Amino acid sequence: MNSIQKNRLKDQLFKIWGIVCTLIGLVLLIIFIGDIFIDGISRIDWGFITDLPSRKAEKSGIYTALMGSIWILVLTTIISFPIGVAAGVYLEEYSKKNRLSALLEINISNLAGVPSIIYGLLGLELFARIMNLGASVLTGSLTLSLLILPIIIVATREAIKAVPTSIRDASFALGASKWQTIWHQILPASGGGILTGVILALSRAVGETAPLIVIGALAYVPFAPSTPMDEFSVLPIQIFNWISRPQHGFIENAAAAIIILLLITFVMNGIAVYFRNRWQKKWK
Amino acid sequence: MRKIRELVIEKSLLGSALITIAVTVGIISVLAIEAVRFFKEVSLFDFFTDTQWTPLFTDKHYGILPLLSGTFLTSLIAISVALPIGLSISIYLSEYAPKSFRKTIKPLLELLAAIPTVVYGFFALIVVTPFLQQFIPNLSGFNSLSAGIVMGIMIIPFVSSISEDALHAVPRALREASYGMGATKLQTAFKVVVPAASSGIIVSIILAISRAIGETMIVAVAAGQQPRLTLDPTVPVETITAYIVQVSLGDVEHGSIEYRTIFAAGITLFVFTFLLNTLSYRIRKKYQEKYE
Repeated sequence: MNSIQKNRLKDQLFKIWGIVCTLIGLVLLIIFIGDIFIDGISRIDWGFITDLPSRKAEKSGIYTALMGSIWILVLTTIISFPIGVAAGVYLEEYSKKNRLSALLEINISNLAGVPSIIYGLLGLELFARIMNLGASVLTGSLTLSLLILPIIIVATREAIKAVPTSIRDASFALGASKWQTIWHQILPASGGGILTGVILALSRAVGETAPLIVIGALAYVPFAPSTPMDEFSVLPIQIFNWISRPQHGFIENAAAAIIILLLITFVMNGIAVYFRNRWQKKWK
Repeated sequence: MRKIRELVIEKSLLGSALITIAVTVGIISVLAIEAVRFFKEVSLFDFFTDTQWTPLFTDKHYGILPLLSGTFLTSLIAISVALPIGLSISIYLSEYAPKSFRKTIKPLLELLAAIPTVVYGFFALIVVTPFLQQFIPNLSGFNSLSAGIVMGIMIIPFVSSISEDALHAVPRALREASYGMGATKLQTAFKVVVPAASSGIIVSIILAISRAIGETMIVAVAAGQQPRLTLDPTVPVETITAYIVQVSLGDVEHGSIEYRTIFAAGITLFVFTFLLNTLSYRIRKKYQEKYE
């Protein structure tokens, strides 16, 4: 075999290796989900969703945790969406190239890399203790809002960047002020991209466990929260609690709850991808 | 009137942006205040040299080393899984794969990162550990091996996605020149494209390490809760993050030394990830300038 053939062979071998690596992640993903389905699907019925948690595995349901997750989702959206988009708009449209903007930029990039459990420590001390909100839904939502703020800001900036300058120029030429241009032209034009980012950020918030454990969210709450000041649990914490128990019935419960959690995550990701595709086509 | 309105709007938008600074200041002060109180009772020297971490026992020791070694060990295993696979994927997708394949596979891979980490924890404990026990009979029910491997799978998309973007950004002309010299795709990839994209690849690796160090639920579920100074992947260990979870699950009184330990552990974790994130940011900025 001469060296040309050898090199071609190596080339082909690497190609096969590359395909194997690419597929291994996906195959494992399918095995994960398949295994969880086998363990949990038989446990899912209407009662599983509407029953309160119980000491007996076969009687336990996810009602309180599911309601907690929905509360967290709604409140986190209300808090993080306006602040994140406003900050993104400021950085992209208003801020000049100076020290402040450089500081804001490096700071946001750093915040995006702070481990989620650290946000939990911040929430525990600042919201739960100093502001005296306790281990409430509000504390959880505030904590998760800060956690996903950098993701929303970055997504907003990317979306605004993609709007062609011609739209901006046309609006200014018609005598619109800066804010009128942003409100009537830029935000509607970048809406799809912003929405994609916000939904992805929220899907992350729904799956977060560690920061909520740190602020003191409970594994067992007898009732679903009815105000933002109530104590709560969320699906991931319920799952974590069930995994930590030795009896087999709880493992089944955990798998069943994971199916529900994954369903929520995948639906949110699907919606985000749908918006992204529709929005990308608009500018092509 | 309109001018005032415009100004008010601008200032309130600025206010929103400044919240991010307040968050950083908040994190640092909260961690620092409680950590300073902690270090009034425990000397820094003991903290970094004592080889035992037993704040919840009657015989109390406050040596962070066992938690650091647990964090280091699980992260090391995760990176050894994620790095070769992630880099191979990025090179394959950028240099070999047809465009349509690349377009469908990338979002699917990113789905790996979208799965809640507690789900990975379940998988590590219920599936991977029993599977590995068939080959390693003395593997403990909680161990850093399964937790590390599963964490590695989770961070594959971090490595592959950012590296692939960096490889993709390398100008076409460099590749054409290499092909023109008779090089194969493999030679071009490793001798031309990868070196040209090296800073982007390094950024992806640093971010993956930072992510692995801060990962909580996988290790809290599958690696155990026994701080021990070891590099043996088959025994239970405890990471910094898992310790914080363990304390948070119990009833720890505010103001007690146990309460402060989670902030001392937290600030250690924060310092490490902060250094890694700043480093990656610097490299990224430098690299952007190079291509613009």
